[in-house]
Amino acid sequence: MFLASGAASVACAVAGKDRLGSLIGAWGAVGASAMGCIPALEALCGRAIAPLMRSWRILMGSFCIKLDTLSAFFLLAILVITAFTAIYGLGYDKGKDVKKTVSRGAIWFWFNLLGASMAMVCVAANALLFLLAWETMALASFFLVAHEHEKADTRRAAWIYMIATYLGAACLLPMFLLLGSKAGTLDFGLFGSGISPSLANACFALALIGFGTKAGVMPFHVWLPDAHPAAPTHVSALMSGVMIKTGIYGLLRCMTFFGPPHLWWGVTLLAIGAVSGVLGVLFALAQHDLKRLLAYHSVENIGIIVMGLGIGFIGLYAKAPVTAALGFSGALLHVVNHALFKSLLFMGAGAVYRKTRTREMDLLGGVMKKMPVTGATFLIGAIAISGLPPLNGFVSEFLLYAGSFFGIIRQSPSVSLPLALAVAALALIGGLAAACFAKAFGIVFLGSPRSSSHEAEGEVGPLMLGPMIACAGLCCLIGLTGPLAAGKTAAVVFTLFGMTPPLEFASASAILYKVCGTLWALTAMIAVFYFLRERLLAGRSIRRAPTWDCGYTAGTGRMQYTGSSFAQPIIDLFSKVLKTEKVGQFPARYFPLEAGFASETPDAGNERIYRPIFTYVNSFLARFGVLQRGRIQIYVLYLVIALLVLLFWRLR
Amino acid sequence: MKHPHVIAVFNYFLALALAPLLTGVVNRVKARFAGRSGPPLFQAYYDIAKLLRKGAVYGAQTSWIFRASAPVILASGMIALLTVPFGGASAPLAFGGDIIVLAYMLGLMRFFTIVAALDTGSSFEGMGASREAFFSALAEPALLLGVAALAVKTGWMSLSSMLPAASPVSFELILVVAAFIIVYLAENARIPIDDPATHLELTMIHEVMILDHSGPDFGCIEFASSLKLWILGAIIVDIAVPYRSGWWFVDCAEGVAGMLVLAAAVGTVESAMARLRLLRVPQLLVAAGALSTIAFLLVVR
Repeated sequence: MFLASGAASVACAVAGKDRLGSLIGAWGAVGASAMGCIPALEALCGRAIAPLMRSWRILMGSFCIKLDTLSAFFLLAILVITAFTAIYGLGYDKGKDVKKTVSRGAIWFWFNLLGASMAMVCVAANALLFLLAWETMALASFFLVAHEHEKADTRRAAWIYMIATYLGAACLLPMFLLLGSKAGTLDFGLFGSGISPSLANACFALALIGFGTKAGVMPFHVWLPDAHPAAPTHVSALMSGVMIKTGIYGLLRCMTFFGPPHLWWGVTLLAIGAVSGVLGVLFALAQHDLKRLLAYHSVENIGIIVMGLGIGFIGLYAKAPVTAALGFSGALLHVVNHALFKSLLFMGAGAVYRKTRTREMDLLGGVMKKMPVTGATFLIGAIAISGLPPLNGFVSEFLLYAGSFFGIIRQSPSVSLPLALAVAALALIGGLAAACFAKAFGIVFLGSPRSSSHEAEGEVGPLMLGPMIACAGLCCLIGLTGPLAAGKTAAVVFTLFGMTPPLEFASASAILYKVCGTLWALTAMIAVFYFLRERLLAGRSIRRAPTWDCGYTAGTGRMQYTGSSFAQPIIDLFSKVLKTEKVGQFPARYFPLEAGFASETPDAGNERIYRPIFTYVNSFLARFGVLQRGRIQIYVLYLVIALLVLLFWRLR
Repeated sequence: MKHPHVIAVFNYFLALALAPLLTGVVNRVKARFAGRSGPPLFQAYYDIAKLLRKGAVYGAQTSWIFRASAPVILASGMIALLTVPFGGASAPLAFGGDIIVLAYMLGLMRFFTIVAALDTGSSFEGMGASREAFFSALAEPALLLGVAALAVKTGWMSLSSMLPAASPVSFELILVVAAFIIVYLAENARIPIDDPATHLELTMIHEVMILDHSGPDFGCIEFASSLKLWILGAIIVDIAVPYRSGWWFVDCAEGVAGMLVLAAAVGTVESAMARLRLLRVPQLLVAAGALSTIAFLLVVR
């Protein structure tokens, strides 16, 4: 079974390599994903799959890939989304206005390599192998981000991504070495033996920074809002949907090595998650570029997932298995959910971009009428990502709330206070996310076009619509079969931490069935009311009339509320954090001739944390510039000095 | 009528039947304060009945979202009502964490109101939509933290068990009720957050978003709004009622009386206060969040 998965990975790479064209590349990825799904599903269904072990020449340990339920869970998400985005990419590349700066084959090669390395990250059971796959993943995605390398912005985004990802890896390497030196091998199976609490703390900090950078939690998210818009849409969908989740996978996997959790781990995760969640959605609200908005929403959703992990670890610490199980399974379910709806939304954004040639929300409007299917699927994604019933986002957020509430009422203040923070943060995030997606969906798809040069030309082709419809369908399916999905994720959690399902968990699942029933009732009731309304209206006069505009009859599309004005009250309230820059020429005198307004919200992490640090480091290192004279005599002198120093040191 | 399920279902239909009455009471009290005789108590029923008999006018720009909004709004309101206990009796739908279902059903209701408002392409409605989204996002943490405080105090996770067990009166209970009243006024777009009486002014929030709805759609939305007024009100009344007899019909009558008193109180507030400046509203809502937080800290102490 394992070979199938391995073969899938190889097939991915090979299919892209022969560069015969994007067809082979894309369908190769789809075929490989389909093949890889089989063992992943089997492992999820509880069948044990023997790990593949090969002795390995390099360093300690063996070439070991292993598919346990956690790996299978992430693997399944990765493979499904890879397949969807590959099909979508095929349609996305087709348009006649697509620039051919880079050969299609090269893009598909990196795309497939990215898919294969992500799959490898999830199944690797040896630290060296894991890191190799990890770096391959970083490299492949770097080239994908940089595909429009003639643009300065894209080059910058790609370099920031490269630097961030290597800084992250620089934390992972020492962590694995620390773990490995204690265990005497680099195999995951033996990790965690004889690890002292202080070492575990150090490893946790390193893992948090290393994996947090990839996952994009604040304040390590700086690469994310630049890289996602720069990449081609199917790549952003893949990166945002699943690649950043490998960070979550790594964190969760490694934290099983560290022994019994400390309280501060959970609290730190929860706090970081809450900060990422709230700030992510606030920055998203302040954006005008649709893809950038979605990128910040990834920060928010990763925040929710990390909060779930925090709730889980707090539950583990407090010996509250129900809280732990609900927290972890909420987080895992949210991983899948976010993979689905975020890829869906990115694909929708890409479809809109193809047909309107802009991602600027304030220029769009009324796209729904020209692109009804894209609009409907985007709406489903928007409802799901806002955590509203009856879709999948609601189920995972409900699990997190329920886990927190279970902990709050049973536990001591040191545990219940952080959990109350989780409840408050989730509530705030939920409200703001709904506001943000009401904006994104409402401004882009509803109303009438705001600019005549960016009206949608018509619906996109079936290759692009198919994956979007599939994602939307899966969102609905998980939403309406919530208890089943949550049961699966809970099973993953139980095997991961070797817990026996607590008795109380039965009552928690009973709750889930009630929630699920409520969601069905909601869906049914909406349908009933819709038909009742239609029945009532049958035979009566139904007119179409201009929107009521308070007596003013010369309204134009440009007079509609824009995304910026929609978000303005929230942005102003949080102006201390967001630091939105506003440039405007306000109307003056009685007959103003011209007026203009523009606002931009640069990333706070970038502007206020990293820029000062790097400026300082730069100026510090510049002092050593004196050494570099560019004259060969001087360099020879350095050599001589170095040799002399070494000689004295040896003689000492 | 001893069976709890029967009482729950009875209470549910009672709420459906009486919800529009609350608006009538509020308006009657306001009229009395202003020295007018005011509209009939049952005006809201007449309005809804009339709207259901009419045809419909849809905005030229609108898409199917606009037409779908009214059924979604009404359905989510009716599902939310399922989780609300009344008069000391359990709700038809009671389970741990039902408050989340309630809050998110109201969220769905709001989302579709906002989206339908944006669908009309009117800048007026966009303005109302923006404010509604903003204020409700701030009100949400206050509501959920308040419920968390009650959950710790009573040891129950379900509204039906938690709310009746919240008395006797204590300091933290007063804080929670104060926070909930602010949330109540904000969510239902009443003074001092929003003025439901002003149609066509730049100051309003909820009313402006539904300007373009007509006929049965508008009837659904009006009914859903009165359900919302009932839902959050019933939660406050259920916490605040200090004494229960144990006889279901006495408790039920007590609950109805409580609702009427609450409606009269809202009418009094509306007559006695001016609407706050929009910039002040966030401060009020953050204050509600602070009250809930303090209450929570007091109970976990």
